[in-house]
Amino acid sequence: MQEVPLMEIFVYGFVQRAMLAGSLISVLCSVLGVFLVLRRMSLIGDGLAHVTFGSAAMALAMKLYSASSLLISIPVVLLSSLGILKLMEKGRLSGDAAIGIVSAAGIAAGIILASIGGGYNVDLLSYLFGNILSITFEEVCIAVVLFVVVMVMMLLFYNDLVAVTLSEELAKVSGVPTRLISSVLVCLTALSVVLAMKLVGIMLITALLVIPAASALQVARSFKICVLLAGLQGVVSVLAGIVISFQFNLPTSASVVVLNLVLFMVACLVRRLRVTGSNS
Amino acid sequence: MQREVIRAENLSCSYTNSMVLDRISVVVDAGDYVGVVGPNGSGKSTFIKALLGLCSLSGGSISLFGTPQASFRQWERVGYLPQSLAMQNALFPATVAETVALGLLSGKRFPRKILSQDRYKVEQTLALLGVDALRNKLIGELSGGQQQRVFLARALVNDPELLILDEPTAALDPETRERFYGLIGDLNRTRGTTLLLVTHDTGVIGGYASKMLYLDKSVLFYGSFDQFCHSSEMSALFGSPSQHIICHRH
Repeated sequence: MQEVPLMEIFVYGFVQRAMLAGSLISVLCSVLGVFLVLRRMSLIGDGLAHVTFGSAAMALAMKLYSASSLLISIPVVLLSSLGILKLMEKGRLSGDAAIGIVSAAGIAAGIILASIGGGYNVDLLSYLFGNILSITFEEVCIAVVLFVVVMVMMLLFYNDLVAVTLSEELAKVSGVPTRLISSVLVCLTALSVVLAMKLVGIMLITALLVIPAASALQVARSFKICVLLAGLQGVVSVLAGIVISFQFNLPTSASVVVLNLVLFMVACLVRRLRVTGSNS
Repeated sequence: MQREVIRAENLSCSYTNSMVLDRISVVVDAGDYVGVVGPNGSGKSTFIKALLGLCSLSGGSISLFGTPQASFRQWERVGYLPQSLAMQNALFPATVAETVALGLLSGKRFPRKILSQDRYKVEQTLALLGVDALRNKLIGELSGGQQQRVFLARALVNDPELLILDEPTAALDPETRERFYGLIGDLNRTRGTTLLLVTHDTGVIGGYASKMLYLDKSVLFYGSFDQFCHSSEMSALFGSPSQHIICHRH
């Protein structure tokens, strides 16, 4: 690829769309990731990503492409997220087992549907690794709308989410509807995972949910700061990741994840220095 | 006339075909300080969870402040300190102040927001429990005793009329335990807070509680500590020498 001066990157429409949508998606995933990590539900993103793959194969088999495929993906992934909760409650399964069952079902359905539909194609493969630079204007609009929906829900339910994350028992005795809150959390995660498939794909979705949260947990001195730091890392890693991938002709999704890992190591170092400083 | 705070009638609970609580009938009046004692596996914690709607009943009924438990919504009147709430995750990012403020959610309607005027209540409660200096520390960084006081502050921040504590002193050293009993005893005396406290310290609690509830899947005794010490049933259960030791430990 011909080298492009850094500032000229931002002129391209597809870069602008990628940065806007990528920032919004990464904030959603990072912020939700704080609650998922603390509730030891980190792998739910992986499970729902596999279901998204299955729903994408279903959409492609129905000749629904690009933004239209969300008409299938969103309801299927939402139902699957609630199915995970139901399995945990009624099936008396732990979270990882319930996620494993739903995840396997999603991937298997995707493979079967793909073979029925004539095999794997570029569209389906892009779900594995993401393809943020090909995001369309319609998909950006959907990302904006879903971002607003998810953030409004997060703001409305913020204290309930924190209370349930700290102790479900105490939250219940405070009158917090814990089942509803758990359902809200997994549904918001489902929406964010569907959006994030375009950014990082199935293989790396867990990274976007877990690593910013894990970094923030190393250094945050309050829950609010933790959520803010996670969101900030999400945005920084996406914007810088897109620029780096463009400059050095690297896969965008992997660049975003590697940057997240670098920031995580920086956070660990900061925590280490803080502990050493307070001990001396 | 005494106001009823808790009424349990023929309360039964079972887990996987095993009866954990068998037709328990108990009335707790306003201002009572009830020590709930019994051997391991006697159903003490299950009794507490049943009162709070945290486990389902296989029979009987419960009412809180005259309202059936299933339709009870005035959770700001109830404070709860569960057993073993020590933070497993030292990195849990909530500060002491944030943790205590969550106790105010029970008095709020959706969307539940912590307002700036709520901070005064939080500060007052932190000072009452002697943890105000820890307000900006992360909850996971505290010792077991400090965490216990923070979660007690969370239970008290709404000035509850009923305070339910499940083995609150299990992780505390004897000196801290005595201070803890003194503190909640003061709440009962000065604020008239109704207390229901599950403990293994039968002798110690007898020095504070106005009533003793001895459970072993069913109610074996319910009355004052004095009656407990002179009860022939308790004497038969513990043996006279042990009963004497328990009744004179405090």
